[in-house]
Formats: sequence, C-alpha cells, structure tokens
Amino acid sequence: MTPDPRRLLPSAEPVSLIDPQGRAADSPSHALPDDATLLRSLGSLITARRLNDQAYALVRQGRLAVYPSSHGQEACQVAAAQVLEAGDWLFPTYRDTVAAVVKGVDPVEALSLLKGDWHCGYDPYLHHVAPHATPLATQLPHAVGVAHAARLRGEPTVVMAMCGDGGTSEGDFHEALNFAAVFQAPVVFFVQNNEYAISVPLSRQSAAPSLAHKGIGYGVNAERVDGNDMAALLAVLGAAVERARAGEGPQLIEAHTYRMQAHTNADDATRYRDDADVEAWKDRDPIQRLRAHLRERELFTDEIEAGFTAEAERVAAHLRDGLNRDIEPDPEDLFAYVYASPTPQLREQAALVADELSREGAN
Amino acid sequence: MTVLASPVPKTEVRSLSMAQALNRALRDAMADDPSVVMFGEDVGALGGVFRITDGLTAEFGDNRCFDTPLAESGIVGMAVGMAMNGMRPVVEMQFDAFSYPAFEQIASHVAKMRNRTRGRVTLPMVIRVPYAGGIGGVEHHCDSSEAYWAHTPGLHVVAPATPADAYALLRESIASPDPVVFLEPKKLYWSKQEVALPVRAPGIGTAVVRREGTDATLIAYGPAVPVALEAAEAAAREGRSLQVVDLRSIVPFDDETVCAAVRSTGRAVVVAEASGFASVSSEIVARVTERCFNSLAAPIRRVTGFDIPYPPPKLEHFQLPGVDRVLDAVDDLQWEQ
Repeated sequence: MTPDPRRLLPSAEPVSLIDPQGRAADSPSHALPDDATLLRSLGSLITARRLNDQAYALVRQGRLAVYPSSHGQEACQVAAAQVLEAGDWLFPTYRDTVAAVVKGVDPVEALSLLKGDWHCGYDPYLHHVAPHATPLATQLPHAVGVAHAARLRGEPTVVMAMCGDGGTSEGDFHEALNFAAVFQAPVVFFVQNNEYAISVPLSRQSAAPSLAHKGIGYGVNAERVDGNDMAALLAVLGAAVERARAGEGPQLIEAHTYRMQAHTNADDATRYRDDADVEAWKDRDPIQRLRAHLRERELFTDEIEAGFTAEAERVAAHLRDGLNRDIEPDPEDLFAYVYASPTPQLREQAALVADELSREGAN
Repeated sequence: MTVLASPVPKTEVRSLSMAQALNRALRDAMADDPSVVMFGEDVGALGGVFRITDGLTAEFGDNRCFDTPLAESGIVGMAVGMAMNGMRPVVEMQFDAFSYPAFEQIASHVAKMRNRTRGRVTLPMVIRVPYAGGIGGVEHHCDSSEAYWAHTPGLHVVAPATPADAYALLRESIASPDPVVFLEPKKLYWSKQEVALPVRAPGIGTAVVRREGTDATLIAYGPAVPVALEAAEAAAREGRSLQVVDLRSIVPFDDETVCAAVRSTGRAVVVAEASGFASVSSEIVARVTERCFNSLAAPIRRVTGFDIPYPPPKLEHFQLPGVDRVLDAVDDLQWEQ
C-alpha cells in the first residue's frame, strides 16, 4: 500500500512553543514541557554556553588546536541528548561536543580529538556516544546499523543521528535515510540547519522547500522546529524519539538555528556574511528566551541562577584543568590499536621507533 | 584460530566448487554464531548474482540474510553500525568496481575505527568482493582493486585461490576481530576440488608453498595462482623446477614464507592480474629485494596486467597474465651466469 504522501509533509512553519520574547506560543501539535524540565534545561543551557566559550578561550590560549563551537545552537545540543534514555545512542558531528557532554561524556575526553592527544578520547560504549564524525554524514549509516542491530535483537534502543545543513547534501545522508526507512530502523535524524557550511550559505546547499522535506522522498516522517526554542526542541525531538521507539520507523527533524561564530577559529566569517545578519540572530538567543520565559513566570529565581552559574563554572574549571594538563603521548600507541594483534610488519615498525627513542635517550 | 575446531570433528569429503565452498562457509558460520548476518544486493531470494548466498535466506530467515537498497556506501556504513552493536556482518559488494561508492566508508571508518577509539570499538566484519577478470565481463565488472585496500592500514586483505582455502579463510575472516576485505576471484568460482570439511588450513597471514621447486619461485595470489601452477607444470616438462607460493593473504603479508622460498631458489617471478604500477606486485618485489638481496641471482621479474583500464571481453586475454608470459619471465632470470 502506498503511504499517503501528505502524511509526510512537514509543517509549513517550524514548531515554536516560546517566542523570542519569552512568551508561550500555542502549538496545535505540541504542549509546553513541564516546569521542572524547563528549569533543568535552562541550567544545562547555561553550562553548555559556558563550555562553548571556555573551549573557544582555550583555543586562543593554544590548548586546543581548533574548536567548532555550537555557540547559539546550545538548545539543539542540550535537547538532542536530554530526550534520550541512557541506553540510546548519540552520533555527534565535530560541532556536537556539547551534546556528547550532556549525554555523559567527560568534556576533557570529548575534546581529546581537538587537543591532539588522540582521535576519540572517550569510550563510546560508556555513554553510548559514537566518536565525533568529521567526514560529513558518514556517521549516519552507522547510526542506522546500530539501530537495526538493536531492533533485530528486540531491544528498545533509539539512535539520535546528528548532522548539519551541509551534511544533507552528502550521499550518505540520503543512503542512511533510505536504509532506515526500508528497514524501519529506530533512528531520529536531527539536522541542525545553521545556514552555513563553512562559507557556503543554505541557498547554495539546497533548493528544497526545507531540509525536512527531504524526508518525503524516502517515506520518512519529518518535522521542523525552531532550533533556538528549547521547549519546542524538547517537545518535537521527544515525540520523535517516542515514535521511533514505538516502532514507527525513522524520523527526520530539522532545527532552524544559526551559527553565531565562524566555522572554527581558523575561519574568517567576515569574508562571506554580514555582521548585521549575525546581530539579528542575537535577539533569538536560546538562553535569553528560556530565561525570560521562566523569569516572567517567577520560576527562575536569583538563587537558582546563582546555583546554575556555579555549576557552569565548575564544569568550565574542570575543562580548563583537564586541558591545561599536558599528557605525554606514548609513541607505542601509534601501532597498538591498528589491529587486534599487530602484523609482523607493524611489530618491525614499532621496534624501529623504539630503537630511535632509545638512541635519543642515550644521546 | 579455533573457529574450525568443532567438539566432535566429523570429516566429510566432497567435491566443491569455490562458489559452493564459500556458500558452505557462510552457512556454517551463520549456524555456529547467531550474530553473523549477511546482506547486500540480490543476496536474498536470488542468492547473489554468483549464487554465493544461495539458500541462506530460506534457511536462516530474512533477518539473517537480506537484500538491501542498491547503495554500497549505505551497505558498508550499516555494517559498521551493526558491528559496533554486537553483530558480525558479512556484506557483498556485487562486483569489484561497484565497491568504489563504499570507498570512503572503508578507508575512513572500517579501517580506522579500532585505532581511533584505542581499541574500544572493534569492527568484526567482512566485505566480500567478487573480483578480477577472466570471465568475459564488461567494463566495471573485472577490476583488480586489491592495491586500494592493501594500501589502507587497518584492513586485512585476503584472496583465496582454492575451494578449500575459500572455505577456511572465509570462516576465519568472519571470526576475526578485525575487518577483512575478502577478494573472491570470479574466474575461480567454478573451479572444483575435493574438500574435507571442516577444512583445516593455515590462518590469515600465512602463505603456503603450493608446489615445491628448486630453480625459481613463482609468487602469486588469487586468480594468478592456477596460472603459476600451470606454468610450473609446463616448465617441469622442459626440465626446469619451479616453486609456487600462494600468498592467500595480502595483508598481513607473510614475509617469512615468501623470503624463505625465494632464498631457497635464488630467483623469483611475481604473477598478478592487477596493473603493475604502484601495486601489490611492486610491493612484493620491493620487500623481497630488501630482505633477500644477497640470495638473489637475478632481479625479480613481474608478470602483471598492463597499466590500462580493464579491456573489453574480446581483448581481455591480452591483459591476463598467461603461462607463456610467465615462462618468458622465468627465461629472463639470468640463467647463463
């Protein structure tokens, strides 16, 4: 039976539950999350912003080689991890360090990649967070495989697979959506559309009505959400996770947000976009919005704010301490993990390095 | 490796083609281990275009052997995820050149996952590739792509040349904790051999001497092995004794067996179907020369495919290393000194 394509049409406008001024907005499809959840989320957002800004500062101090910041996209980061159960998997890109941290990864270990000590610094199985993916969209088929394996075993696992607007142009995005739909794999594809892929604007990335519309061609349910509205993200992503867990197949969520900073500190955004565009998005800041909403409702007191700020400072200090500690990388590690047991050729090469080191030590 | 040892070893001898041996290996692996799953294009009801997966869906169900959408990067990428989550996927790339869409998945993820996660995430998966020519296939159906995989650290690369090895090496590849690119020489799919099951054979990374000889060593793998054996037979009729080494695995490479063989004869010819430039055959020559220079009576010669795109069927016999070219190369090994 051919499914009704109208069922797959995403809403004309992104779902929004709290407007940029902090006022609750009615939605025909989603209810505002409860007060405790919103308050807890604000605390996470404040820590998330602090982490982004601390990591950025550590780049300037030479402790990190580079940091692709999610400054301004913190609501997407926090919500993506917060809607998951402990056994659910998260597949982050290089810009999704904060989401990995919210899922439980130690921020120091999460930034090992960018500090240069090793590639993936954390144990992916500990919190069910896949290694940061840098080749765009290549992690999405992996997410489908993890979900499919879980489904075959009858486990209730859901996989949150993240990518950006640029990533939706890659072949693996399309193959992953198609495979997930054909196998009804419980994957939530979460696209943070921040309007830029390094320097290339969305208009040069896609002519689709929205990135969520790409789901239609694969028979994947899709929805659009205001990516700077924490309440809407929790509602929309939460519902998508529930549908996936209930056996309704993969879901595609597009969050409309904006990359407030350059691609990384190595990028110069003034070469391709106007400061005025960035300024306009400052009024839509996700933290200010939720803060205003909870202040207005007298749920967010000075005392609570002091507690949140202290927690954010504690996490930032942990990150600083961890990244300021120099770890002497072990050259033996170069050969230790390529295969379960090194090939004879790798053993020879490891011996060569060991010999070089012993001669250096002797001199 | 312990996979081939069953508690009550019952030996069953039967004549098997390489295709049947591969099918039997998959069936036995799936029966022994419920985490082994097989998927790819046309591997379900059809049993694969070469029938290697024949009957597996019927026997094990559609959750264990299944067709996928026609997208090789998606196939390999999904296998990565399934391997991350407790399965042992075996995937089929329908033809060698059709594996190229999966190149990024293989080079960036399959080969690197163990290393980038310090051994925390391992990928026990097998990428089966029907490969090489000699079957009159049209373009894009006859590539010898082993150099791409062999050049990518983190992969094992295996190429059987006999039905018994096809069975043993595939079982071992499936049991391996590391990803294996398993190259199946298409033109040998129908070659037959009396096979004693379960096959006991040396493991991955071990070359074998297929034919003893004292005058020169032929080094071959995959589809070139029968050519080397035939050349040795022809040379014997002319009074020259050629030894034949079958690499069986390209990675890990068995320097020990190859070098011992070359040292014993002092002369060597590498026979391979792939183009010679920047190839596995050039690597073999370099390695053997570095290690055995003092034992060599002549420079090592190579008989390989030309450095051209694989030719159309009516010209492919020019590209394939044949007995005459091998014997000519042997003749060139400075016998007069």
